[in-house]
Amino acid sequence: MSMLSFERRYRVKGGTLIGGDLFDFWVGPFYVGFFGVTTLFFSVVGTLLIVWGASQGPTWNLWQINIAPPNLEYGLGMAPLMAGGLWQLITICAIGAFVSWALREVEICRKLGIGYHVPFAFSIAILAYVTLVVVRPVLMGAWGHGFPYGIMSHLDWVSNVGYQYLHFHYNPAHMLAVTFFFTTTLALSLHGALVLSAVNPKKGEIVKSAEHENTFFRDTIGYSIGTLGIHRLGLFLALSAGFWSAVCIVISGPFWTRGWPEWWSWWLNLPIWS
Amino acid sequence: MAEYQNIFTRVQVIAPAYPGVSLPGAGDREREGKPAHVHWIGRFGDAQIGPIYLGWFGLASLLCGFIAIEIIGLNMLASVNWNPIEFVRQLPWLALEPPPAALGLSLFPPLNEGGWWLMAGFFLTMAILLWWVRTYRRARALGMGTHVAWAFAAAIWLYLVLGFIRPLLMGSWGEAVPFGIFPHLDWTAAFSIRYGNLFYNPFHMLSIVFLYGSTLLFAMHAGTILAVSRFGGEREIEQIVDRGTASERAALFWRWTMGFNATMESIHRWAWWFAVLTAITGGIGILLTGTVVDNWYLWAVKHYVAPGYPPVYESVIDPAALPAGK
Repeated sequence: MSMLSFERRYRVKGGTLIGGDLFDFWVGPFYVGFFGVTTLFFSVVGTLLIVWGASQGPTWNLWQINIAPPNLEYGLGMAPLMAGGLWQLITICAIGAFVSWALREVEICRKLGIGYHVPFAFSIAILAYVTLVVVRPVLMGAWGHGFPYGIMSHLDWVSNVGYQYLHFHYNPAHMLAVTFFFTTTLALSLHGALVLSAVNPKKGEIVKSAEHENTFFRDTIGYSIGTLGIHRLGLFLALSAGFWSAVCIVISGPFWTRGWPEWWSWWLNLPIWS
Repeated sequence: MAEYQNIFTRVQVIAPAYPGVSLPGAGDREREGKPAHVHWIGRFGDAQIGPIYLGWFGLASLLCGFIAIEIIGLNMLASVNWNPIEFVRQLPWLALEPPPAALGLSLFPPLNEGGWWLMAGFFLTMAILLWWVRTYRRARALGMGTHVAWAFAAAIWLYLVLGFIRPLLMGSWGEAVPFGIFPHLDWTAAFSIRYGNLFYNPFHMLSIVFLYGSTLLFAMHAGTILAVSRFGGEREIEQIVDRGTASERAALFWRWTMGFNATMESIHRWAWWFAVLTAITGGIGILLTGTVVDNWYLWAVKHYVAPGYPPVYESVIDPAALPAGK
């Protein structure tokens, strides 16, 4: 059955964006819909292309499998399959699968009568991915500026691209992104801990309330953002992390080609100092 | 699509400030400060600021933190010859550095050779530990669990590894992180390069996975709760003990999307562990660096994680590896 006790009455028709009733059904716990079909298509094709690419490569070592983008000499054209063409096809499949997944989430939101916050949030992650493999390569004039698909190879790419700009920590957008990542994790730990501490109180105590949550934070730091506010804050922090990540890489190359430490000389040279 | 998505509060109720759950403990003091309401904060979160509980641990913590910041700030000011304009101008570059490696673990190095750094580190650590006691005691005073304190302890673990435990094991305070904005970033980059690129450190990998995972989880969780806030989903405690349609829709959204769902309580356990493991695994990764593993790239090649790359430059002999006297 794979249905939760209360699930049957939520499984109603409607809410689809495309295809009417045609794909309006579930397989096990999964909702299908038109975009479920396209998600499946793109992810299966993309995964098989990766596996096939691995089979043509030198290793089955999971860490070292690598599917590289085309050499820079191919510019923004199509490359031969074994010289980056595979990477291009996999990128198309990945974007197709991600966008399908987001639209499928929209259909599920409509079916459940809830807000669109999750697919919107996911679209920021898609934006960051597309920035890395489409926008920045297009701005720089070659698909070869995309990152390779592989566990160690993508780490090497991050490292190498970082050192091309001497010291990437000095990239102001990177600073913002890292700060948002850390702050999101801090806020998540505080939120998770606060809820758990209210419903898992000291031995012998009854379950606590939102009033206790508010009081704990006001007692400790003088402010409690509240049960609704913490989720607004969390969403803002998390999406800001993704957004500034996209900004920090798209400005590296297309808009700034020197070392990032040097960028800060504008501050030292402001006219206000003299 | 144009419907209300509950990103901002449109109508605010003006009500008397909430003084907080009464503290039954005999040793508890009065809360400080007259609560204020700020309309623009109320647009996003709770409008009320204060009151705050200032116990002895809180006061001692703030005092230690103030001393630490004073030591750091005055050292930086001294480094620009007490020129306040140059202090602001160069602030991102200014540092208070730990003692040089030659002084080892000396507890009383000359003040200008890391002595001030050691003192600032001591007071900052005291401030943090006293604040930890505060998070523990404030939770207990309200009869709550101590999950916040233990999550905080994970962050303290990472902090102590960087500034105390690893320097102890390496035998020199000079191994620790300097105070300063760009200087601590320089330390991070130099540390990574010195030990063969931290990207090859498996605990660094794990820490990044949990860091990104935490961000992903918070986006998923916060998005879900806001999406079901029209059904009162933000009242999570009520939803945990008495499941309503908000919880059901939230669970079904993920079940239908990815075939699996958390519950209103378990999502907070996922959240807590992801965030806490970020700092725990990060601390392990730092602790092993230089103490157990000298070069993470070579470690990764040895363990079939990284491929051995062809040499691009002629090999250079490490001068430190030469016999003495050459």
